[in-house]
Amino acid sequence: MRAFSQLLDGLVYTRSRNGKLALIAAYMREAPDPDRGWALAALTGNLDLKAVKASAIGEMIRARTDPVLYEMSRDYVGDLAETVALLWPKREDQPPEVDDGSLSLSAVVDRLHAVSRAAAPDALAQMMDHLDASGRFALLKLATGGLRVGISARLAKTGFAQGFGLDVDDVEQVWHALSPPYAALFDWAEGRSGRPDPEGTPYFRPFMLAHPLEADSVDLTDYAAEWKWDGIRIQIVGTGAETRLYSRAGDDISGSFPEVAQAFTGHAVLDGELLVRGAFQGGEAASFNALQQRLGRKAVTARMMDDYPAFVRLYDLLIEGDDDLRALPWTDRRARLEAFMPNLEPDRFDLSAIIDAPDFEALADIRAGARDAAIEGVMLKRRDSPYVAGRKAALWYKWKRDPLTADCVMMYAQRGHGKRSSFYSDYTFGCWTADGELLPVGKAYSGFTDEELKWLDRFVRQNTVNRFGPVREVEKSLVLEVAFDSIHDSKRHKSGLAMRFPRIARIRKDKPAHEADTVDGLKKLVV
Amino acid sequence: MAHWIEPHPTGIYIRPADAWIDPSMPQARALVTHGHADHARGGHDHVWATRETLAIMALRYGTASGTAVGYGEEVRMGGVTIRYAPAGHVLGSAQILLEHAGERVVVTGDYKRRPDPTCLPFEPMPCDIFVTEATFGLPVFRHPDTGSEMDRLLGALHAHPDRCVLVGAYALGKAQRVICELRGRGHHDPIYIHGALERMCALYADFGVDLGELRPATGVPAKDMRGHIVVAPPSALNDRWSRRLPDPITAMASGWMRVRQRARQKNVELPLVISDHADWDELTDTIREVAPTETWITHGREEALLHWCMTHQIRARALALIGREDEDEG
Repeated sequence: MRAFSQLLDGLVYTRSRNGKLALIAAYMREAPDPDRGWALAALTGNLDLKAVKASAIGEMIRARTDPVLYEMSRDYVGDLAETVALLWPKREDQPPEVDDGSLSLSAVVDRLHAVSRAAAPDALAQMMDHLDASGRFALLKLATGGLRVGISARLAKTGFAQGFGLDVDDVEQVWHALSPPYAALFDWAEGRSGRPDPEGTPYFRPFMLAHPLEADSVDLTDYAAEWKWDGIRIQIVGTGAETRLYSRAGDDISGSFPEVAQAFTGHAVLDGELLVRGAFQGGEAASFNALQQRLGRKAVTARMMDDYPAFVRLYDLLIEGDDDLRALPWTDRRARLEAFMPNLEPDRFDLSAIIDAPDFEALADIRAGARDAAIEGVMLKRRDSPYVAGRKAALWYKWKRDPLTADCVMMYAQRGHGKRSSFYSDYTFGCWTADGELLPVGKAYSGFTDEELKWLDRFVRQNTVNRFGPVREVEKSLVLEVAFDSIHDSKRHKSGLAMRFPRIARIRKDKPAHEADTVDGLKKLVV
Repeated sequence: MAHWIEPHPTGIYIRPADAWIDPSMPQARALVTHGHADHARGGHDHVWATRETLAIMALRYGTASGTAVGYGEEVRMGGVTIRYAPAGHVLGSAQILLEHAGERVVVTGDYKRRPDPTCLPFEPMPCDIFVTEATFGLPVFRHPDTGSEMDRLLGALHAHPDRCVLVGAYALGKAQRVICELRGRGHHDPIYIHGALERMCALYADFGVDLGELRPATGVPAKDMRGHIVVAPPSALNDRWSRRLPDPITAMASGWMRVRQRARQKNVELPLVISDHADWDELTDTIREVAPTETWITHGREEALLHWCMTHQIRARALALIGREDEDEG
């Protein structure tokens, strides 16, 4: 357990991405099997033990220590698991703070897997006695599900790949053919066996992405125009036997949208936008706010599926049966997609329409007149573009509609006033410079719902890295899509920019901070 | 009990001696426990302290008129017998024992119970009133063995020969203790120090604390400091000053490092839980060992220690002293 708990500590304290990758790589090379496999599962969010409820941990510690001292300690430390890990009373005649090495990570995982919910607190307490404070912290985090060490599944896989000189996209491809503790993956990485065969498993393929349109116009004989829908981009992967839905980051979100996954029984890979229907929109696609009610939920109730029925608006067909279509021009893939549509349940799947415009000027008029709540802008796709991973210049453009928006990273938060005085509700956000630094570009305190405010407030409290009087500096990890009417040059701010009426358009939990917009990009919007 | 001694927000007043212990305002007669700024202020007319503490105060505030009091030596002042005993906190740190009207009062200043190669160990003294600090007065504060923390420091140093380890340590006490502990573990390479530490390290050396070869970190090419330890005051860790160093691993030696969020707030990569204050177990064990009739709790987390005393049938009260507790000095 010690190597694993030290890895977690290292990940908590190490700031740089490369430093974190090096820590993961070293652990994956050095830790024994199957410990390292379970660690990889835990880091990628594929180990969900949840054997113990937080309330049971509270009871466990109250039975072993003075409840008043526990409450005072928890107030001071903040985090339940950390408080209990630090407070755990040493046994009589035992040296304090020693991990006696009797518990391996896999032994912990096995016990937490096997134990009943009723017996879990006792089993946990026995294990706690053999660990030091950092081991106890790791154990409590494992037992309650969710490590929260601030790394993504992708970063963990990248660290693993780096440890063995593999390409992370290769790892990603075989990933879904595997399950914890990933014996086949380590065998492959260390040359003991061949590459695990992902065929027949519903694995994720990297998305094709678009650049923002910066040119004044494009020639519509080269580019097809289609609406950019304001939902979340997803990939549907069906093998015929099983279907999974992946988010842009490659996370499996099938569990959040079971009605969509179940409705797809084909053998194909499709790219589309996940949306929900709103009563207010007459059963048409509702705004992103409505969709947010369904995001990030582990358990979905029938009521939620009823209130916010989800469907997918399809953009592209990557693979049909055994035919990989990704090298074909967009026009051909589009024809195959249109021919594929009759196979699908119309309630759950429809086709993203092509905008019929004779020239770019006409398209601009259509775009300006679009009032649909679910339209975010226009996509321009080169008619001959293959489907390639990532952002390739001049193939796809996104042309968002007014108001202007920018994806910014939250940097500081300040408490509000009046009824918001207990909330961190004023946010300073920044964009990236060419040197990879974040510079503040504005401040917003509106645009979110009360629910979102609660979420943002919690985020601020849990991710504070510094305090300056009433201001908290936060971990630079949360992307806020900021809408604003216009942007101007300003001498008052270091970035040289000032936004007019900035507001939080949405919280982009799905977007990594390093993908937020740049200061240079914003400067191009100055009027 | 002991009506002749009065806690005030600005210090502890000894009425028959007309003298103050660690007063935060200038006073005519001040008894000072140790040299940290929250206990030793400048501007007093006359100071009684150990020779080491007087030297530290002279270094920090210029010359002050003072009477050196050796450990164990007795001083009489207006019918009060005063004796200084080692507190184990930093060089020259003392507890002050006051005897008057058949009552004994011990004021600890700051103290710890763990071995420290730079100062004499805390000496428990039976008393009627025990005035204790409570900096780490919460049961979450349990400092690990110093040796294991030093091993982590040396481990990080040896694992990264192309980098340096920058250790943030309070300029008086912690910095010299860390250096001394390193020497004690066979680390005899030169250690680079921030300019703000130079005079205090020289003072320690004058009092016979062997710190080995120290070099100023200023004006040295970054590459020369690769694979070496650099010690600086905590305020320099995230300051421009540290830009001169070769890709430093930022460490900090402090009892506060026990709590993750505290370490993260200070951008510390290698938190070292090394404290010059008693942890929870040391505080409670010391109160039990000294077994006073009454315990007065000064600066820190008084509330939790007060609660502990109550649940152990120990008479206790919390004093509200102002201006104590410098967060860097843990």
